[in-house]
Amino acid sequence: MSTDTPDRGGAPRPQGTTGSTYRADRDSTVAMPPADTRLLVAAGVCLLIPVVALMWVSSYARETPRLGGIPFFFWYQFAWVFLTSALTWTAHRLVIAARRPRDLAREENREDLGGRP
Amino acid sequence: MIPLAAGTGVNNVALTVLIVLFAVVTILGFMASRFRRGEHLDSLDEWGLGGRRFGTWITWFLLGGDLYTAYTFIAVPAAMFATGAVAGFFAVPYTIVLYPIVFLFMARLWSVSHRHGYVTSADFVQGRYGDRGLSLAVAVTGFLATMPYIALQLVGIQAVLEVAGVGGSGGWLAKDLPLLVAFVLLAAYTYTSGLRAPAVIAFVKDALIYLVIIVAIIYLPQKFGGWDHIFGAAQHKMATTNPATGKPTGAFIPNASQFWAYATLGLGSALALFMYPHSVTASLSSGSRNTIRRNAAILPAYSFVLGLLALLGWVAIAAGTKPIGLDGKPNPQLVIPQLFEDAFPAWFAGVAFAAVAIGALVPAAIMSIAAANTFTRNVYKEWIKRDATPAQEAKVSKLMSLVVKAFALVFVLTLDKQNAINFQLLGGVWILQTFPAIVFSLYTRWFHRSALLVGWAAGMVYGTVKAYQVINPVTGKHFGGSLAAIPGIGDMGYIALTAFVLNVVVAAVLTLVLNAMKVGNGIDQTTSVDYFADEDDPRVERDLTEHSGPRTGAFEG
Repeated sequence: MSTDTPDRGGAPRPQGTTGSTYRADRDSTVAMPPADTRLLVAAGVCLLIPVVALMWVSSYARETPRLGGIPFFFWYQFAWVFLTSALTWTAHRLVIAARRPRDLAREENREDLGGRP
Repeated sequence: MIPLAAGTGVNNVALTVLIVLFAVVTILGFMASRFRRGEHLDSLDEWGLGGRRFGTWITWFLLGGDLYTAYTFIAVPAAMFATGAVAGFFAVPYTIVLYPIVFLFMARLWSVSHRHGYVTSADFVQGRYGDRGLSLAVAVTGFLATMPYIALQLVGIQAVLEVAGVGGSGGWLAKDLPLLVAFVLLAAYTYTSGLRAPAVIAFVKDALIYLVIIVAIIYLPQKFGGWDHIFGAAQHKMATTNPATGKPTGAFIPNASQFWAYATLGLGSALALFMYPHSVTASLSSGSRNTIRRNAAILPAYSFVLGLLALLGWVAIAAGTKPIGLDGKPNPQLVIPQLFEDAFPAWFAGVAFAAVAIGALVPAAIMSIAAANTFTRNVYKEWIKRDATPAQEAKVSKLMSLVVKAFALVFVLTLDKQNAINFQLLGGVWILQTFPAIVFSLYTRWFHRSALLVGWAAGMVYGTVKAYQVINPVTGKHFGGSLAAIPGIGDMGYIALTAFVLNVVVAAVLTLVLNAMKVGNGIDQTTSVDYFADEDDPRVERDLTEHSGPRTGAFEG
């Protein structure tokens, strides 16, 4: 879609041509957009749980209890495939709930156009 | 060349099925150029990113086909078969923790790339700091790490052909001709169809892979005595003393001294995978910011299949599979194709062979496109011809995709296979060193561009030296593995991750120094909001109309 956008990685664009009202705080990392921080933190926890669980190898490096002849070590990790999938999906819903992208686009558009002659 | 026992000669039925399925995907590959075709054909966005409008399911097939490569399907069970769970089964936690990590940063990379028309991660680094040196470092690392990865896809095809009985004897031409033909066809339809070719072929590849694995995992265990017996056989083999090293053959379940190795292999590989250009290319070809996040939740389906495949390496132990190459030497890489040939009827073995061979084509195509895009954007356009038009960019990229594939072919045909494996291992160590410059920069400009460059260099040098120092206990050669003692801990760990930690520490310390000295940190083209832009971002549309006149239908899909 942005087929012939000249606006690419090469030469820096002249400052101000796309005049964002957020330009002033562009060097700060969390300037945008308004979001429900509690929901974002909850999403972060959802994403962190599988990483911690699977990196903690000593918690699951054992043979028993077996499941249908399969040692614990193996079926436990297979179970985490499904748990992680569910947690990642939950994080996805939480992030959407915390920050509505359409609102952002609309708001940005209005302010952008407002700033133009 | 000694003639081998019956059953390892040419398998005509399997070979015929393989060739027919191969012909089908070749036709699909050429027809793919018409798949969701856009208006402007001669640009990197169209050729190299499929128009940037793939939806959730196409992206799922494309990324699945891209990340879970034929070589993975050959090498993971081979590692399980040869040395057990630490070297083989870590692929499961690796491909699980991968997705929470990707979820975190890929949506931001998608948004900023969408907003500014970035095609590669080095494009983003250039835009973020205006630093050609740092951007070049990221680009060159990506390019170098991808090359041996492409070569390994050929190794995957070779393994299948070898078990099917093709390509072992005769002159070099007769020996290598099948591989040559396969690759010339791949190069031709990648050239004409670009990223659309692997996107279409990925449907066939994934359908075949799922079919073969599901049949194998239901049919084979009961054929070879059930899971109890299979795990018993594996446990017995792993506990047996290896005469070459005087140590146990491998790990059934990691013991206390192997926890760090298991965890760092998983985490390091997960952090590294989406730094590869081919992962970025497939991600950026998706049509919206949330496509990639939805995919982070549904891609683990492939991880489940990969885990099942890993266990097939142990099924082969119980089945007594003898992976002997056409040169008469044992080669664990052949274990999965050999198991399929021994245990399945010939026609289904052919389907399984096709699944692996076609599984090599999808990633090989995407990798060559990604490497070509990287060269075009970050070397050609940045250093050779700064005023290149989009059409010229597409032209250079198409030609480069041929060069990259030709190089991979020469690499595999002339050098020892072990070289490709060594370089791929090294590639994993290298590519992780671009993580701070790419991912940290998506969140903050606190890190100084020069500090990131020095950190990258420190990680590259340390990782390369450490990997060189690993001696294979059997052959006595360098680059014998990816584990080395972790300084300060003493247990073995993944070299890439140790190098990464060094990289981050160097970058952080140097940043403090440079910031204290008030050294400028380059010009940032991006703004905070860019990292949240979505497909219907009005500013993207406006920029396009300003610069190129009215556009025609692009956002459906």
